[in-house]
Amino acid sequence: MSAEPTILAPVAAEPPASRRRLFGRLLTNPSVAIGGFVLIVMAVIGLLAPVLGTLDPTAINPSTRNRVPGFERTIRADDGSNSTFKHRMGTDSLGRDVFSRVVYGARISLVIAMTVALASVAIGLVIGLVAGYVRWLDGPIMRVMDGLMAIPGILLAIAVVSLFRAGLAAVVVAIIVPEIPRVVRLVRSVVLSVREEPYVEAAIMAGTRVPLLMARHILPNTVAPLIVQGTFIAASAILVEAILSFLGIGIPPETPSWGNIMAEGRNLFRVFPHNILYPGVFLGLTVLAVNMLGDGLRDTLDPKMAGR
Amino acid sequence: MLGYILRRLISAIPVLVIVAVLVFLMLRFTPGDPAAVIAGDNATSEQIALIRNRLGLDQPILTQFTIWAGNLLTGNLGESFFFKKTIVELISSRIEPTLSLAFATMLIAICVAIPLGVLAAYKHGSWIDRVVMGFSVLGFSVPVFVIGYLMIYLFAITLGWFPVQGYQPLSQGFAGYAQRLVLPALTLSVIYIALIARMTRASVLEVLNEDYIRTARAKGQVERKILFRHALKNAAVPIVTVVGIGIALLIGGVVVTESVFAIPGLGRLTVDAVLARDYPTIQAVILLFSGVYVGINLLIDLAYSLFDPRIRY
Amino acid sequence: MMSRWTIATAAAALLAGSSMAQAQTTMKVVMHSDVKIVDPIWTTAYIVRNHGYMLYDTLFSMTEKGEIKPQMVDTFTESPDKLTYKFTLRDGLLWHDGKPVTSEDCIASIKRWAAKDPVGQKLMTFVDAMTADDAKSFTVKLKSPTGLLIFGLGKPSSNVPFMMPKRVADTDPNTQISEFIGSGPFVLKTDEWKPGDKIVYTKFKDYKPRSEPADGLSGGKVVKIDRIEWLAVTDQQQAVNALLAGEIDMVEQPAFDLIPLLKSDSKIKLWNYNPLGLQYTMRFNSTQPPFDNAKVRQAVTYALNQKDFLEATVGNPDYYQECKAMFVCGSPLATEKGMDGLLQSNFKKSQELLKEAGYDGKPIVLLHSTDLQSLTNLGPVAKQLLEKGGFKVDMQSSDWQTVVSRRVRKDPVDKGGWNLMQTSWVSADILNPVMAGFFNASCDKAGFGWPCDEKMEKLRDDFAREPDPAKQKAIAEAVQVRWAESPTHVHLGQYNVPIAARSNITGILTAPAPVFWNVEKK
Repeated sequence: MSAEPTILAPVAAEPPASRRRLFGRLLTNPSVAIGGFVLIVMAVIGLLAPVLGTLDPTAINPSTRNRVPGFERTIRADDGSNSTFKHRMGTDSLGRDVFSRVVYGARISLVIAMTVALASVAIGLVIGLVAGYVRWLDGPIMRVMDGLMAIPGILLAIAVVSLFRAGLAAVVVAIIVPEIPRVVRLVRSVVLSVREEPYVEAAIMAGTRVPLLMARHILPNTVAPLIVQGTFIAASAILVEAILSFLGIGIPPETPSWGNIMAEGRNLFRVFPHNILYPGVFLGLTVLAVNMLGDGLRDTLDPKMAGR
Repeated sequence: MLGYILRRLISAIPVLVIVAVLVFLMLRFTPGDPAAVIAGDNATSEQIALIRNRLGLDQPILTQFTIWAGNLLTGNLGESFFFKKTIVELISSRIEPTLSLAFATMLIAICVAIPLGVLAAYKHGSWIDRVVMGFSVLGFSVPVFVIGYLMIYLFAITLGWFPVQGYQPLSQGFAGYAQRLVLPALTLSVIYIALIARMTRASVLEVLNEDYIRTARAKGQVERKILFRHALKNAAVPIVTVVGIGIALLIGGVVVTESVFAIPGLGRLTVDAVLARDYPTIQAVILLFSGVYVGINLLIDLAYSLFDPRIRY
Repeated sequence: MMSRWTIATAAAALLAGSSMAQAQTTMKVVMHSDVKIVDPIWTTAYIVRNHGYMLYDTLFSMTEKGEIKPQMVDTFTESPDKLTYKFTLRDGLLWHDGKPVTSEDCIASIKRWAAKDPVGQKLMTFVDAMTADDAKSFTVKLKSPTGLLIFGLGKPSSNVPFMMPKRVADTDPNTQISEFIGSGPFVLKTDEWKPGDKIVYTKFKDYKPRSEPADGLSGGKVVKIDRIEWLAVTDQQQAVNALLAGEIDMVEQPAFDLIPLLKSDSKIKLWNYNPLGLQYTMRFNSTQPPFDNAKVRQAVTYALNQKDFLEATVGNPDYYQECKAMFVCGSPLATEKGMDGLLQSNFKKSQELLKEAGYDGKPIVLLHSTDLQSLTNLGPVAKQLLEKGGFKVDMQSSDWQTVVSRRVRKDPVDKGGWNLMQTSWVSADILNPVMAGFFNASCDKAGFGWPCDEKMEKLRDDFAREPDPAKQKAIAEAVQVRWAESPTHVHLGQYNVPIAARSNITGILTAPAPVFWNVEKK
């Protein structure tokens, strides 16, 4: 099946001179700069979560549930002293502080995005290299990949989540599995096209050993398209996590991920819209940033698309 | 051509077999027990064991698979564990809403996205281009259920233009059918507008730089004609691809949209079936979707030769 | 040219048509769940019980005050030794296919129900024989006296002894019935039933209601609406939106947090139709450590308190009630005996008990369901309270169906077993120690959790044998005291879910189950 979008044409290895200028080019690309900046801000928010005036994001407080943003609660410390805490984004239906959950949620959502992107690219790369290089395995591997691809991603993810006990790991695996075939196809197509290149054929004839061949000629050519593909996988991972939470089969609802906060608040959208809007804005911004980064990277790394 | 179609159809068989095996194995290793779900709160272990026995779930996996596969070959998809209905009945009663939603979504998406994409390419670098591109990235970035809730809040609750939920079969009148379809289709189309507009822009842009367009321009042809006659037609292959992929991916969005708008379609049937561990239904629906996916891919490949005479099979 | 006669007929037909169109009332309802299974004996799911009340009738039924009154039965006699009961059916009872209801049908239906229902199972240990005397009357002979016969036949909630034709009732109790014919006030439109979309009932024109006015589930079942559609809307907010927009007529269980929205709309009326309400419950797995030790289970009863659970799930004191009576506040058997000091979040006492019991600090597995709105918030509250009480808690979240399949597994916790799970019971199902399934402490024969307590079983048996209500109450108190020594489950508070309906809907009956006879749409 040749139905994969041809967004990413395999890139020929770039001459070293332009490689040095690459970093500069990346920074001057506005998509990369803005996307990268937003992502760094999100990552910093996530990292600094404990010192940003947050409470324990899982601490429930049934007596002050569903409060609007700006609600002030008196907290009694163990030594008997009282202090006031302002719920900047209100509280959810268990009385948890939405601001704290959103801030800590940055950690979960970014970790999921990174893990899914790295793991699916890594697994896909290995399988793709094998499929592209070992001729007799190509058929069987690609048929299994076709089969996996033919199952709608969300349904596959639902099935995988219910296969394991619902948890962070299960969700990550559930999002990775449907992504792998797409990476495999990409890598395989690069391998196949590079193999035909005269200098690679020459290397093969000269008896270069397979590991060296891979490292020297094939891997470098997969780097650019994989980085781009990885970014888009990261963006979609954040969204799929939210959808799984929405369907009630995501990460345990106690864990503050943006998807969970929204799923928790969705029944009360009409009366307490803040529970969806705040995490929604954070999630939207982050995915937007990742997508922009991906666009920018593709424009910069893919000479065919460059300058547009 | 015929030979090619035949070869493609034959090569689809192993894919479907693999899907069947994968799905079957995955379900049987899932911790859920349909018998316990069916038996309810008061059931004792013996009662559950009896139900398991009736459903054939106490047989070895291989036996279960042979029985199921054997029935499948004779066109018998079996009966749902829960609904006292055959799978064929279940699916056929659910297919209309899903097809309608998918069709309306793609219609909206194509009608909006292709002109937008062409426009953005034509006005390349202008503010229009930036707005279209900005929207298309944004469209990817908001979860579909958030879009759904915002649409409901705006168009159904505040403005009262459309019903907040539900589906009405076409047989009960077109007006009610269309009225209930607009909001869910709009909701779901956002992401496809984004996807298709992007793709259209990119491929039209590529074509616009080709020599023959320059030639056409030099010959003094009208811009509109150049855009839609030459550029769009030659840019059609990637656009068709992305539309086809869109249709195949639609089912994921359909699951969520059907939940939000209470539309009794295949997406909700699947989620319900997974949550209830209704194995025969899950297997049948996933096989059906995979078949559709494979079929659409075949159609896409055939469409290539229509748009691009250089491609021959 | 039309003759005068044809014109007159046409006009008459038109008139009749329009008046018929007016008379044809349809009511659209969103129930708490979709009807997937349609055999109310095969499953205890409440949605199927509600479906049963549409389609089927019962021999006896419960009034608003909890008395059992004849429904399909016209008269019955009790022999002086309380061992022989003779029942006679009312005249004119018909199945939906037009055939008369016979005593043979009823006996077969009782047998099928008794094979599944806990009260029915207990009842059968007393029954010597059930015989049909003629087409309309039958006799039940008991081995020893019991109050369970009449009570059981009028049992209001799952499983309700619904009457079915013999050919249907002869179906094996563990196989779903495949013919849906009852003698109740509504007929199922099988051709329009689409699981996941809707289920449709129409008025059974030949139903003969009793002459008494409707009272709870008893009295005359007069149908005033021609067609009732139950729509499957999974998104709770959307159900409420649709009700506010007038697209539907009724929501059976609106989300509590959306009730203020409904109250503020003058076109919506809330009906507190089930004053006994429901009870949240936490169940121990008594076969696995640490809860195989009664002391550890006691520690839980000290560590928890009902208010936190009720606040987190219901949130509005108008709809919840802290209630330490296990057999439901407001019922005849309500008592606080044995409850001193319990359910007050006495963390210190809980920690002491854990120390005495030698709890090793191994995390206990709490099954947490995340897809049922009414249960989702119970888990985090339990976790927080138990941790303060000295437990280590591993809360494992999954969808409800996974919880349901997992809770029946007896395996050790690290091999897919469990320690705690939470659910809710309709109060009408737990009014005494025999019907309340969680008190069944007959080891392997008990339901999931499998408590094993001979003393408890002895008390439950005594209760079943005791026909005198005053003495029954004394036994119920003893059960509760015994429970405090060796808890089988913990009650987490009582709550009510009102029905929300458009204000043109009237006549919703006060009963343990939502029923649709007597309801009018103006």
